[in-house]
Amino acid sequence: MIPSLEAYEPIVGRQVIEELRFLAERLKPCRIQHINSTAVGGGVAEILNRLVPLLSELGFSTRWDVIKGGEAFFQVTKKFHNALHGQPATIARQDYRIFLEATEQNLKTLPLEGDVIFVHDPQPAGLIKAKSSHGGRWVWRCHIDVSAPHMEAWRFLRGFVDQYDAAIFSTPQFVQRLPIRQFLIAPSIDPLSKKNEELSEETTASVLHRLGIPQDKPLVTQISRFDALKDPLGVIEAFRLVRKTTDCRLILAGGGASDDPEGAEVLAEVREKAHGDSDILVLELPPGSDVEINAIQRASAVVVQKSIREGFGLTVSEALWKAKPVVASAVGGIPLQIAHKHSGLLCRSVEGAAFLIKQCLNSPAYAKRLGENGREHIRHNFLLTRHLKEYLLLIIALDHAEEVIRL
Amino acid sequence: MSAERTKEPFRFYTRLSLREATGLRAITLSQLLKFIRTVPGSVIYHHTHHYLQQHQYLTPEPPNDFAYWVTEVLGEEKLGEQLASIDTIQFQSIRALRERIAEVIEEHLKGRPLLRLRVADPEEAFHFVKAVSVVVPTPYQANHLEEFAECLKAVTIDSLYFHIFEARIRLQRGPNDFSTWLESIGERDLAQAVASLDPYTHTMEELRQTILRLVHDRLSVKERART
Repeated sequence: MIPSLEAYEPIVGRQVIEELRFLAERLKPCRIQHINSTAVGGGVAEILNRLVPLLSELGFSTRWDVIKGGEAFFQVTKKFHNALHGQPATIARQDYRIFLEATEQNLKTLPLEGDVIFVHDPQPAGLIKAKSSHGGRWVWRCHIDVSAPHMEAWRFLRGFVDQYDAAIFSTPQFVQRLPIRQFLIAPSIDPLSKKNEELSEETTASVLHRLGIPQDKPLVTQISRFDALKDPLGVIEAFRLVRKTTDCRLILAGGGASDDPEGAEVLAEVREKAHGDSDILVLELPPGSDVEINAIQRASAVVVQKSIREGFGLTVSEALWKAKPVVASAVGGIPLQIAHKHSGLLCRSVEGAAFLIKQCLNSPAYAKRLGENGREHIRHNFLLTRHLKEYLLLIIALDHAEEVIRL
Repeated sequence: MSAERTKEPFRFYTRLSLREATGLRAITLSQLLKFIRTVPGSVIYHHTHHYLQQHQYLTPEPPNDFAYWVTEVLGEEKLGEQLASIDTIQFQSIRALRERIAEVIEEHLKGRPLLRLRVADPEEAFHFVKAVSVVVPTPYQANHLEEFAECLKAVTIDSLYFHIFEARIRLQRGPNDFSTWLESIGERDLAQAVASLDPYTHTMEELRQTILRLVHDRLSVKERART
């Protein structure tokens, strides 16, 4: 069952809920529509699955629509996606044609009913063509890292983006020079989801038992897809430096290897590097392993996120929410989640990661304080209710040019 | 009803904020200085104040983003320390604060001209962001000192932040809203005591407790006088 807004009150406090209701009252009647490219899987669908019911509960007429497209369209958008992330790409004239044709098709069939329409990511961006006929406020919500995009792909997308009323990016690094207002809204975690809800010690222990994770030594964990940019090999190297003096066990758990040839290759390398070392457990988790991830994070002594590059890195918020000390690279949105030495520790190298992991393992009181501060930081800044509030503030800001708005 | 009941109750407001990007970024100290001089006041306000709201429960440190970037990214620790120690409470307006920050950087650059050549990794560029504030009323309202203490215990730290920091330096409404109201109900000494606190060196919770203590002390004195 999807939790109601009231269920968040014990976590964020009465006033946060009251503020949301106040803002909603001031905005109503306002029809809000979200449009993206998938109803399941991926972070965007995960967030919308929670945001849309809460917007409805606040009294907004809310709808969420998903664009349609054939295999060719989604291949092209995958290519665009990678190119916008900065990977080299050759985009053929045919690719643009496929994209534009699918956009035209969706313009004919997709019902537009919002006074404010949030269009998520590049795939549906072309729907902006309907702005002149439909009216309303249009906001492009970019969830991906476009800090160093492939220029040709970005120019093509800019043709659409420039026509929106505003854009939203997750961090300032992703912002571009655009002729429209650009707001910064970080993603969030849902404290009541299966991945983050409280778990009893018994449940945690039984999940670990089922996964074959012994709890005889402190656990150092990295949970992420098997992807070279998450640097699992670097984590193994850091772990081996730590273990020279401090007994512990490493868990590398994640998915992404079953449907991604590159992921399978990385997983194979990880297994090879870990081969013969009984203190390193490599777990391939199927999609939907939310309870398993929750339990592993809760059982860990230190959580690591040694990424080389990150979109936002919400696994850091997940671990901090469980009051775990986190050692993570200072990339992407991670420095927003960790104030170094206050609510976690930031590293830039294998040696740095090893040193900080050791500090946490050998100074449990310090590690505990980092974790507790981290949890408070997430409570104030990275929970779903803050995300929802910023969406409402953004709708208000769309109609006000001034910097101090009085309601 | 208390004798000091006033016709003008204190209504607690709160400030909800949204960040808006400017698209401006700096990778050298000269660029940083140029933008500090020219960006809107709301950008300077954001970079000197957002830490208070985001990390207030962690540390009473009054850091600003400029000091952090200069120290951590450009490696200029002395300048970073000078920027971090600018005593924000001494400035009555964002304009004056901006001037001081720019002067400190300019002075430093004069003494170390080669520093102009130091370039940060583009991934660690300084991104200028501005704060959009949405001010909304809360249900809390105080008619007299006892109620004021009750409300102060209950409001969010965002509300406290609004009446102490935003009212003073962004909206330029005197030392802070609490002191102005306390003065209006004849509590001049208490108003003065609250006005003379340096809020930048407290965490928000400490600040709440300190003001509450001052109010409770005053209430005790009044109670003793009555009996």
